[in-house]
Amino acid sequence: MAITIALAGNPNSGKTTMFNELTGSSQHTGNWPGVTVEKKEGRLKGRREVILQDLPGIYSLSPYSPEEIVSRSYLVNDRPDAIINIVDASNIERNLYLTTQLLELGIPVVVALNMIDVVRKTGDEIDAKKLAGVLGCEVVETCALKGEGSVQAAERAIALAKNNLTNSAEAHTSSLSIRRTAFSSEVETARDSISGLTSALEKVKDKGEAYGRWLSIKLFERDAEAAKDAGITESAEGKRVLAAIENITASLEDALDDDSESIITDGRYNYIADVVRKTVKKKDAFALTLSDRIDRVVTNRILALPIFAGVMFLVYFIAVSTVGAWGTDWVNEVLFGSLVPDGVASGLESLGTADWLNGLILDGIVAGVGAVLGFIPQMLVLFVLLAFLEDCGYMARIAFILDRVFRRFGLSGKSFIPILVGTGCGVPGIMASRTIESDNDRRMTVMTTTFIPCGAKLPIIALIAGALFPGSMWVAPSAYFLGIFAILVSGIMLKKLKRFSGKATPFVMELPAYHLPTASGVLRTMLERGLAFIRRAGTIVLAATVLVWFLSSFDTSMHMVDTVDSMLAVIGDKIAVIFSPLGWGDWRAAVATITGLIAKENVVGTFGVLYGFAEVAEDGAEYWPQLVAAFTPLAAYAFLAFNLLCAPCFAAIGAIHREMMDVRWTLFAVGYQCGFAYVISLIIFQLGRLFGGGGFTAGSAVAIVFVLALIYMVGFKKPYAAPAAERLTAAPAADIA
Amino acid sequence: MKTLRETANGDRVTVVKVHGEGPVRRRIMDMGVTKGAEVLIRKVAPLGDPVEINVRGYELSLRKDDAGMIEVV
Repeated sequence: MAITIALAGNPNSGKTTMFNELTGSSQHTGNWPGVTVEKKEGRLKGRREVILQDLPGIYSLSPYSPEEIVSRSYLVNDRPDAIINIVDASNIERNLYLTTQLLELGIPVVVALNMIDVVRKTGDEIDAKKLAGVLGCEVVETCALKGEGSVQAAERAIALAKNNLTNSAEAHTSSLSIRRTAFSSEVETARDSISGLTSALEKVKDKGEAYGRWLSIKLFERDAEAAKDAGITESAEGKRVLAAIENITASLEDALDDDSESIITDGRYNYIADVVRKTVKKKDAFALTLSDRIDRVVTNRILALPIFAGVMFLVYFIAVSTVGAWGTDWVNEVLFGSLVPDGVASGLESLGTADWLNGLILDGIVAGVGAVLGFIPQMLVLFVLLAFLEDCGYMARIAFILDRVFRRFGLSGKSFIPILVGTGCGVPGIMASRTIESDNDRRMTVMTTTFIPCGAKLPIIALIAGALFPGSMWVAPSAYFLGIFAILVSGIMLKKLKRFSGKATPFVMELPAYHLPTASGVLRTMLERGLAFIRRAGTIVLAATVLVWFLSSFDTSMHMVDTVDSMLAVIGDKIAVIFSPLGWGDWRAAVATITGLIAKENVVGTFGVLYGFAEVAEDGAEYWPQLVAAFTPLAAYAFLAFNLLCAPCFAAIGAIHREMMDVRWTLFAVGYQCGFAYVISLIIFQLGRLFGGGGFTAGSAVAIVFVLALIYMVGFKKPYAAPAAERLTAAPAADIA
Repeated sequence: MKTLRETANGDRVTVVKVHGEGPVRRRIMDMGVTKGAEVLIRKVAPLGDPVEINVRGYELSLRKDDAGMIEVV
């Protein structure tokens, strides 16, 4: 008989550590339907029939965040056989708040009193037996980091689940009577009246008494999500019931001079305060802990920013300059630069395969696989660092220190790391946005990270600067300023749009106690994220690389030809006209821009091929004279601006898709990047020409319109606000758009 | 009305009421800032916002605008 046990708990309660310990390697990662919240499932080590469902880390079962909504809809509708509720014993008061809500669901609960060693070390005492008696559920002391108690907690949950499956009715009533103590008598009376009104509902009959009680509390709180789920909002009868409930709620609110949400929340915390008084012996609540002492230095008024800069320097130094770069260079230049291609080439030669097949395998597939794997070493190094920063608690401090600056641009303090890493490579940069909880902030970061010039864009900068602006020092720095400008302007503009308006995650953030992460935990996070990139981004990168290879190797009658005569050249010729308002309507520039999608440094090589050089230096010095003849400096700079800002390489687009987990969002991101690049490039060229004495043309007018539109969007447009009616009924649920 | 916004580092205050509405207010209350809760104002972030408080035995950070919704004595 299969048993499902859900793992629920606050963020930072040690839930992931316990889940990893209980399931070992038998984990399956997916997504909760309709939202970008990760769903993890596994089987209990040594007992394959027990399924463990890891719920997202949550503080409450309110209807406001996607994590809380998926958790409660899973608990209410799929009803696991038991819940292990991981409680951080060193932070018991707030952790029990979720416990009070889990107990209401009528599912057997085992409270795992985790980090009990921390409590003992501080000299506090928790009477676990008494706690179990007061709460009316099982309590097991655990220390997941050291692997103590987790298995016992699981054993207890299995026993409860089995017991519950055999004689459910009795178990429920006996435990419910204990749980009634949670609220004051006035609230319980109101709740009973609501229960009476909803007892005839199909769903209540179907799900039983515990669900009825839970629903009555939610309806008292005016929880629109729960009302919808109960099927009460549609029918005329349902509306009548809702109106009657509203009467009960409103009259109690009047009597207590408070609103229903506060009444329930206060009730829970008062109940917990009472439980804690009975069961916990604590020293001074405001005493300085070790974490507080660390924070005295780390988030100190004067030292916080220098320390932050130091940590960021280390991250950059390790992931971008040294270890990560060595790994990536080795994979790109040695493994996929010579070893694999040479090996495959000689293998194909001995087989005597056709030219086109060799081309497909070498320039298409091998290059494509190389494009995916080339990013892995650097990404893994970065993921280790990120996992460490997250697990030890410093990441939350970064958000705390930088929030003030970044929130103006619709970003989070945590967006700093993706952008910083993005100066090396956009792919791990985008992946680093994983640590940002708020959907809006994360999407904004994903969309804007690649505006900052990455390592592969440096050859393009070197090409344009060297050929058209010899001896000038400002081109390269201007590329970085352009990137930062693009991020800030985009942040301000995009956050006013409707698609970024909903579900603002409040910045009410726990600063968890510092602790030393375990090596296995950090490595596991690293591997999970690395594999996720290969799985989700790999196919896109591979397919796109093969497609561009195909277009650049064949002509329209399917003969294998040089790039100059290929379909890509034809396409370049056709689309070049699009770029003529930007000053570079040359077909070679269009083709180079397209091949830049495989990897940005290809832009330099492609120009070389199109000008008739088989091999060129990294900055394309061989064909600088031709470039000077074909481009004015202004047009060349517009070309540079476009290539810096437009859609990143396929690998980065794949990473964007991995993080957005939604095709429409991916297309929106890439579309926005290309559109923004076009507008900026056009403004640069047209206004540059106008002020350079080129005379007023239609292009100048368009450029001025674009400038005015940007000024309006940044300075004057009002942020999108949902109409009042929509806000009342808005279910902040699973809609992604 | 005195709010959490008007307090100084090191102050110990008691929550009277959480004003406002919607998700932010609910989140503040879910995190344990409810009527009667004792709060210690720990510090202000280096750039002047947000603030860090100690409530129910743990450290919580919130923006000054949100702190302005929390009435205290």
